[in-house]
Amino acid sequence: MYVAVKGGEAAIRNAHAWLAEERRGDTSVAELSIAQIREQLSLAVNRVMAEGSLYDPDLAALAIKQARGDLIEAVFLIRAYRTTLPRFGATRPVETADMACDRRISATFKDLPGGQILGPTFDYTHRLLDFKLAAEGGKEVQQAEQAGDAAPAPVPHVTGFLNREGLIEEAPRDDTPPPDLTREPLEMPADRALRLQALTRADEGFTLSLAYSTQRGYARNHAFVGELRIGTVAVEMDIPELGFAIDIGEITLTECETVNQFTGSKTEPPQFTRGYGLVFGQTERKAISMALVDRALRWEELGEDDMGAPAQDAEFVLYHSDNIQATGFLEHIKLPHYVDFQSELELVRKLRREAGAEPMQEAAE
Amino acid sequence: MHPQTLEGGFANPAADAAHAFRSVMEAVARPGTIHEITGARPPAPLSPAAGAVLLTLCDTDTPLYLAGAADCDAVRAWLAFHTGAPLAGPSDCMFALGTWDALLPLSAYPKGSPEYPDRSATLIVEAPALSDEGAVLQGPGIRDTARLSLPDIGAFRQNRALFPLGLDFLFTCDGRIAALPRATRVAAPAEMAEAR
Amino acid sequence: MTDQAYNFAYLDEQTKRMIRRAILKGLAIPGYQVPFASREMPMPYGWGTGGVQVSAAVLTPDDRFKVIDQGADDTTNAVSIRSFFERTAGVATTTVTTEATVIQTRHRIPEVPLAEGQILVYQVPIPEPLRFLEPRESETRKMHSLEEYGLMHVKLYEDIARHGHIATSYAYPVKVEGRYVMDPSPIPKFDNPKLADCPAIQLFGAGREQRIYALPPYTQVVSLDFEDHPFEASRADHPCGLCGAVDSYLDEVITDDAGGRMFVCSDTDYCETRQAAGHRGKDAA
Repeated sequence: MYVAVKGGEAAIRNAHAWLAEERRGDTSVAELSIAQIREQLSLAVNRVMAEGSLYDPDLAALAIKQARGDLIEAVFLIRAYRTTLPRFGATRPVETADMACDRRISATFKDLPGGQILGPTFDYTHRLLDFKLAAEGGKEVQQAEQAGDAAPAPVPHVTGFLNREGLIEEAPRDDTPPPDLTREPLEMPADRALRLQALTRADEGFTLSLAYSTQRGYARNHAFVGELRIGTVAVEMDIPELGFAIDIGEITLTECETVNQFTGSKTEPPQFTRGYGLVFGQTERKAISMALVDRALRWEELGEDDMGAPAQDAEFVLYHSDNIQATGFLEHIKLPHYVDFQSELELVRKLRREAGAEPMQEAAE
Repeated sequence: MHPQTLEGGFANPAADAAHAFRSVMEAVARPGTIHEITGARPPAPLSPAAGAVLLTLCDTDTPLYLAGAADCDAVRAWLAFHTGAPLAGPSDCMFALGTWDALLPLSAYPKGSPEYPDRSATLIVEAPALSDEGAVLQGPGIRDTARLSLPDIGAFRQNRALFPLGLDFLFTCDGRIAALPRATRVAAPAEMAEAR
Repeated sequence: MTDQAYNFAYLDEQTKRMIRRAILKGLAIPGYQVPFASREMPMPYGWGTGGVQVSAAVLTPDDRFKVIDQGADDTTNAVSIRSFFERTAGVATTTVTTEATVIQTRHRIPEVPLAEGQILVYQVPIPEPLRFLEPRESETRKMHSLEEYGLMHVKLYEDIARHGHIATSYAYPVKVEGRYVMDPSPIPKFDNPKLADCPAIQLFGAGREQRIYALPPYTQVVSLDFEDHPFEASRADHPCGLCGAVDSYLDEVITDDAGGRMFVCSDTDYCETRQAAGHRGKDAA
């Protein structure tokens, strides 16, 4: 006798209870606080904010805790929360030229106004496991030396120096309100504003791989890091009742501008061109990757050849860069598909019968 | 601000809008059928039905064209407060509202593009009466034929000829609504008799 | 018990308005995929977010809601979606097809004919019927606008040339009112005839792909075929082992590791209703 499988509800409840238990782990080990995650796993927090498209370190830390450290799951929690938030308005574009830089480097000039600021970087660390960190009761951290107490002067953009000589393509100010990827369906062809919007929330791994592919010859565009800067910028919002903009807070951003060799095309003279990356938080791998992919996607407007490279293909890049869409659809194949599978079974049996491959087993039942 | 401006919205926005939407959807899905639609008390000359449609479908994302007498201060203020819908001319609107004569000519409205036929205007036609007699309707949503009191026949035929492009029509009268989406074929009763 | 932290049926009113406008355009242009600004939902893309958004936009507090996955009310994802709406909309739910006013489904159309006053909401993974022939959205959109469906016919004909049959057994493409070729979602082709002339409203939601489309009641829906190879709605050639039905779509259940198997209705409500009325199959207790 056959009894159909029942009890989906109880199974789900039990699975969730087990999940909660696993999330907590061994209860003899102290529980992580949100503040600990925010302060000590801040690069994970930054990634979740960037790909979740929501600047809130505490919520991102909570999501990481709830997701047991699965960052894509944490991004998903943030996105699902973000979409329910009411919109009060739009801020003014942030002025990255006024950024208070923690880090600012240029690979194109040895020295330049504003200087090279290494900042808190893994660069030039030797990747040796530091077993002192494993010791309980951490030591006092050595304080970094402050260069001076004076408020830092605004650091000019490197591409501005090139621009004065007319060596780099113009990037004129454009106050057209950008489209909003989260409020309008993605539509092709996508303009650069929309592409950048998709890239800034794109999966870091996917963006990195695409950028890497351009370096290895799949639409190579010879990128130099003209400038990479990380720091805080003020967020301003126009208040119609007041008639002026007020500061509503500050956020940390990573901005990367690449300077790309360009020998000219049918429509454009030889000059340097630009790729651009701007990402929430200290997220420099992502920002550099974004700039390279942005530049590769600009082939058409610069009159370059279509090399057929993945990074040049806006439809391919934009439709596959979102890790929440990707992970959902990928993992949905875990859901039951037995109705479709059954119809495939019938079809394969029928085809095999007709091909004489299968004995008349059906008749024996 | 006129006190009437603040009044007449949905008392229970989520539930009232859900019910009103179902009336609109049934009307569009079954052309020719007439449905109650309530919950709104807009200022004159808007009918309660038209008010409910606007509250249910319009907001800051939907440019709206007010035609003829509907374009008055009381209506403008009411819509601004309750929907925030930006007012627009006929060629840029997503929704248009007015009597049939005020809304004409139909050529003024966006009818969609071959790749995006959905980017077309929906006209909310304030009708003096609504009944299931008059023009004969056939097409999706209709089992055999349906009848609806339409203000014209030729205009709807021309609109049908544009399919899949074209305009969609909602007819409102007091607290009732009917619809004629672009896919519906329209004939005069006499023609149907001849066809038989 | 409704969760008061969220709006009725979870979505905010502005999002519902946007979805409602898309549904109306979908009904006005049967079979055409209306782009909509799909929201991130609290369940993953690919797990019914399109269907959930459409259901949230059509539900009223007076509805009676049914959710099926693979035809069954008790599959885990159906249970999960049903409890989501119980929690966020407080609507009454049912497993009985004839009692439901809104039915959300994945991969099946119920066996009992639907009636006027009912709404069937399909969860759709890939709404574009031409997608596996042409991966580019910009191209498939052009093909729909030009009514250029030759590629689809070539594909189906190649099947016939190679296998003697059209080798598509689910998500079998249909043509709506002689105009748009439409993906009916991955229902088995056994269900295709139920799409046509249906008294209920049929709505299709694809969340990740940001598309909504619709079939008004009594819409003409034709499964693509050829004169010399007409469409056939196929099912396993067995009666249901539990209720004895010979007209329902069947799941194959493996009962032991020696090749034993039985066939049972995939529509659990249909099967249980028949059993309650005294019908018995050969494997029933």
